[in-house]
Amino acid sequence: MSAAVEVAGLRKAYGGIEAVRGVDFEIRSGEVFGLLGPNGAGKTTTVEILEGYRERDAGTVAVLGFDPARGEAAFRARIGVVLQISEPFYNLTVREQHAMFARYYEHPRDVDETVRLVGLEEKANALAKTLSGGQKRRLDLGLALVGDPDLIFLDEPTTGFDPAARRAAWEMIRSLRSLGKTILLTTHYLDEAQELCDRVAVMRDGEIVRIGTPDALRGGEAEAEIRYRRDGEQVVVRTREPTRALHELTAAALADGRELDELEVRRPSLEDVYLALLDEDES
Amino acid sequence: MSLFAHQLRAEQKLFWRSREAAIFVFLFPVMLFLLLGAVYSDEIEGHPAASWLLVGLIGYGVANTAFGGLAIFLVLRREAGILKRLRSTPLPSEVYLGAVVASTLLVFALQTAALIAIGRLFYGAELPENWPALVLALILGAIAFAGMGFALAALIRSSEGASPVVNVIVLPMAFLSGSFGPTREYPAFLQAVADVLPLKYFLELVRAAYLDGDAIWDNPSAIAIVAAWGAVAYAVAARRFRWAPVDRS
Repeated sequence: MSAAVEVAGLRKAYGGIEAVRGVDFEIRSGEVFGLLGPNGAGKTTTVEILEGYRERDAGTVAVLGFDPARGEAAFRARIGVVLQISEPFYNLTVREQHAMFARYYEHPRDVDETVRLVGLEEKANALAKTLSGGQKRRLDLGLALVGDPDLIFLDEPTTGFDPAARRAAWEMIRSLRSLGKTILLTTHYLDEAQELCDRVAVMRDGEIVRIGTPDALRGGEAEAEIRYRRDGEQVVVRTREPTRALHELTAAALADGRELDELEVRRPSLEDVYLALLDEDES
Repeated sequence: MSLFAHQLRAEQKLFWRSREAAIFVFLFPVMLFLLLGAVYSDEIEGHPAASWLLVGLIGYGVANTAFGGLAIFLVLRREAGILKRLRSTPLPSEVYLGAVVASTLLVFALQTAALIAIGRLFYGAELPENWPALVLALILGAIAFAGMGFALAALIRSSEGASPVVNVIVLPMAFLSGSFGPTREYPAFLQAVADVLPLKYFLELVRAAYLDGDAIWDNPSAIAIVAAWGAVAYAVAARRFRWAPVDRS
């Protein structure tokens, strides 16, 4: 599969402080790629360079074959951007705003179809100021989609959502993926990355410290944890052979007539791995 | 329909649907004229008071609409992330900014027409003596003050600050420059402040055209001062104007 985004040796400093310190990665066409990292890790700077908002100091960047720093209209015609903070035009209806943006593109999606795609057909003729928070975010997404972009940037798309709204947003992002869109999403939520992303890159202090599929990041087939309580004490067994370990443990307990309190078998979540990665940096 | 016309139409829709814009930007100068016209009668500086005030309120209109209203609107859109989002679309920035200026000029033109109509209907104000000179003066002033609106927007850092900053500039400037009444009796230092502000010279141009029927070229120094303010403002705006919200993190 061809690459939608190619980044090599990317650097950017603000007033002597390097926000991005030599970043390399590739996003394949049609994949959902997650950029994770704490605030100040350089995620936003990296994404804004790819979107064409910021110029880089060094390195090469190709987004859909374009250099985003040149800001060509042909480039902007093929990307869709959902910013973390952007308000709609409160005095236009949902449909009017989609129609307003559609006109900027040579080959837009159908306006009504786009409104339906983001689930706002019942609100198509409502002024944006009457929408709920979640509906406004869907409007943002619709405006980013109405130009029928090949690559969509989603900056923390579900921050501030309640659990149901997050699930709905995830469904929508999956449906975009099934339309063949390439998606670059930044997020603070590890479960979100795990649910949605084909691959993720973890950034810390301006560098990518790990990149791969969420499963690979979690260590693939590696260790599982068996936890239980014994005489009120938490016991944790880490093993690469959880079936055998669990069998031995339960057999021994049955033989003694003991109960294994709060028995639990789990694999480390992406969040555990992520936090461990960030800790490594500190030391 | 061209992209420019599409955007201009959208900007007009947005302006008139916003109660704040329609009241504070469009109606406020008209309301002030209704008030002042009822207070003053007789003559001001040898002209019927209503005609003289009408010109003054056109000056307040240009400051309030093309300068203040535009600056507030740009800051609000910038801080709301709207300008940044538009920047990610293929809409060329010159088409967008051109449509914004054209929309502002259109509002100012309608406002001036409303002032003239109200002056005629309620206070017996005169019609302009020299239409072409008046139109040229209004266009020059509106474009120059729009430039100052862009420059001021670039200097204001937050949406909370936009309205107060604009009001602190626009109202005293209009007062000192003679939008609301003659300034001849003002203390010398206040007159000295007005002497460096562009609104005084815009008012000179409009008065000469409206009341005296002078050709616009009869007052080249006033033209030069208004144009110079505009040129400096556009230069500042070109350097400082930002599409993205001010980063306060």
